[in-house]
Amino acid sequence: MELAVNAPVGVKSALSKRARSGKRTMPMVVKLAYRNLFHDRLSFFVTVVGIVFSVVLVAVQSGIYLGSEKKIAAIIDAAPADFWIVPLGTKSYDDPSFLSGRERHMALSTPGVENSEDMVVSFARWRKPEGGTNTVLLIGTAGDSPKALPWNIIEGSRKALEAPATVAIDQSYFPDLGVNKLGQHAELNGASVELAAITKRIRSFTTLPFVFTSIEEARRLSGAEQNQATYQRVTLLPNADIESVRAELERRLPDTEVLTQDEFRKRSQGYWLFQTGAGAALIAGALLGLIVGIVIVAQTLYSSTKDHINEFATLRALGAGAGYIVKVILLQAVLSGFIGYVLGMALALLAIQAAQDTKLTVIMTPQLAGSLFAVTIGMCIFAAISAIIKVVRIDPAVVFSR
Amino acid sequence: MTHPANSKVIVEAEGIVKVLGTAPNEVKVLKGIDLQLHTGELTLLMGPSGSGKTTLLSILGCILSPTQGKLTISGFYTQNMSKEQLANLRRKHVGFVFQSYNLVPTLSAVENVMLALDLRDLSGPDAYDNAVDALEAVGLGHRIKAMPSKMSGGEKQRVSIARALAGSPSVILADEPTAALDAKNGMAVMELLANVAKDTRRAVLAVTHDHRTLQFADRIITIDDGRIAASERPKISGRAVEVPAH
Repeated sequence: MELAVNAPVGVKSALSKRARSGKRTMPMVVKLAYRNLFHDRLSFFVTVVGIVFSVVLVAVQSGIYLGSEKKIAAIIDAAPADFWIVPLGTKSYDDPSFLSGRERHMALSTPGVENSEDMVVSFARWRKPEGGTNTVLLIGTAGDSPKALPWNIIEGSRKALEAPATVAIDQSYFPDLGVNKLGQHAELNGASVELAAITKRIRSFTTLPFVFTSIEEARRLSGAEQNQATYQRVTLLPNADIESVRAELERRLPDTEVLTQDEFRKRSQGYWLFQTGAGAALIAGALLGLIVGIVIVAQTLYSSTKDHINEFATLRALGAGAGYIVKVILLQAVLSGFIGYVLGMALALLAIQAAQDTKLTVIMTPQLAGSLFAVTIGMCIFAAISAIIKVVRIDPAVVFSR
Repeated sequence: MTHPANSKVIVEAEGIVKVLGTAPNEVKVLKGIDLQLHTGELTLLMGPSGSGKTTLLSILGCILSPTQGKLTISGFYTQNMSKEQLANLRRKHVGFVFQSYNLVPTLSAVENVMLALDLRDLSGPDAYDNAVDALEAVGLGHRIKAMPSKMSGGEKQRVSIARALAGSPSVILADEPTAALDAKNGMAVMELLANVAKDTRRAVLAVTHDHRTLQFADRIITIDDGRIAASERPKISGRAVEVPAH
């Protein structure tokens, strides 16, 4: 092989400006990062698996948390009101006791109130046609209200619930309640009821199935008096001052609490998710996923940096600033995070899709997906700290000792 | 001592002392080195193992700071410079050729040279073109896409020289550039460095143990026990010496 030894090698000849390639090239810092990353494929595979595991775990745990929040508030959200008048000390929506019975008229006579509707919520005993009993949550609303429950009716109709002794249940509770066709009968607190409507995907957060009926039937089946209800759903006039109406309602109804829709939702969610520890367990699961991800990414990035330490030392010797090398490490972290996120999110979405018609409600929203992306990238950057400390401390003099 | 016409001092070291370690185990590796490197010259730095050659090279390359003494490179006085300022000086004015080549194994020949240019803020098509030019200048125009694992030792060292050249530095420091090469490739690399040194705006200093390389030297500095023992110009210039056939 011939060396170009005959002509002097000058700066001008070496750095002539004639255009040869004309093509755009990937920035070297990016190229170096991804080549380092893909150089050791096994190590890269382990990193990505760690991130995927972390993303799936965090996505599913967060999705279950969101699903739980939605489930807990499902009845409240399906029957919106400006205010909910609830018995004093109510912990959550499904912690029912009865108001005294005068609340509706007191509310309707309060300035600024447009309407107030009764809602009955009560525990009841369901006896299956084939035998066996179950506790259910009986929910009754006025059938002529545009906010009447239930929703998502797939068989029968809300109108059918206006007939005496009729109920609606969700199809997911067929096995629990022993009925699965319209017209079938069961017993509710000892009285015969007929299945008149079937809903889809209306499940409670607890193990108690929802059973919907008219307000009159709910009162009759739960033993409430003529004007009694569990909650009053108050709608205000368009120009009413919310705080002054609330103050007046509280003054008139001292044995109750007047909550906004959001307050009632948060109280119910807070009770089930934090006072029972269910939410804490979900958050702990998500945190565990994050920690696993950080440890795996940190370990593999550190190991990759050690593998390439001589190259980084050479770069330092050639005059690379610490920032340049840190950029390479961070790019490796971000690239790993991005690939792990895409794969992990794809798996998480498949899992969420598979859970769609099961008892488990898992939700993925664009906001959650975006937050997870930020968390994943943040996790990988955090995990890169040990590798960054390692490269920043490189002594470039080692290049002469090898 | 005479120097080529138009040559100028590009590196000037005065009273360089380097102490390594801490008392009571400190070792005085360099004991007052005075040295000038001139443009247009290939200077060989020789001496026995442990004499301080590599330490001196590290100081001249702004990788180590002297314990005492003054160092000026391309007119920049290096005392009191921070690590990052020294890195900046290296990036702009010093090119390195290493004994073990120190190429990035995951990058091709042209990408290795482009990486050095990227450090000097030259990127994109211009960097590519300049890197190809540098590789052609060292006779590797046909191997620009070769990965280091597919190259011979001689080829890798030439890529290393191209990388050092591409930044257009005013001084090139080579650490035993022929040590890992067979005789034929070693001589070829030394001849290449001698040609590189013909540029009147650049000085080349090579640390070597290899006496066969003396023929290429414009000047030979011998260092012993941390002091310069001799600085002389050989009677026969390397340009006149026959280069082994490849």
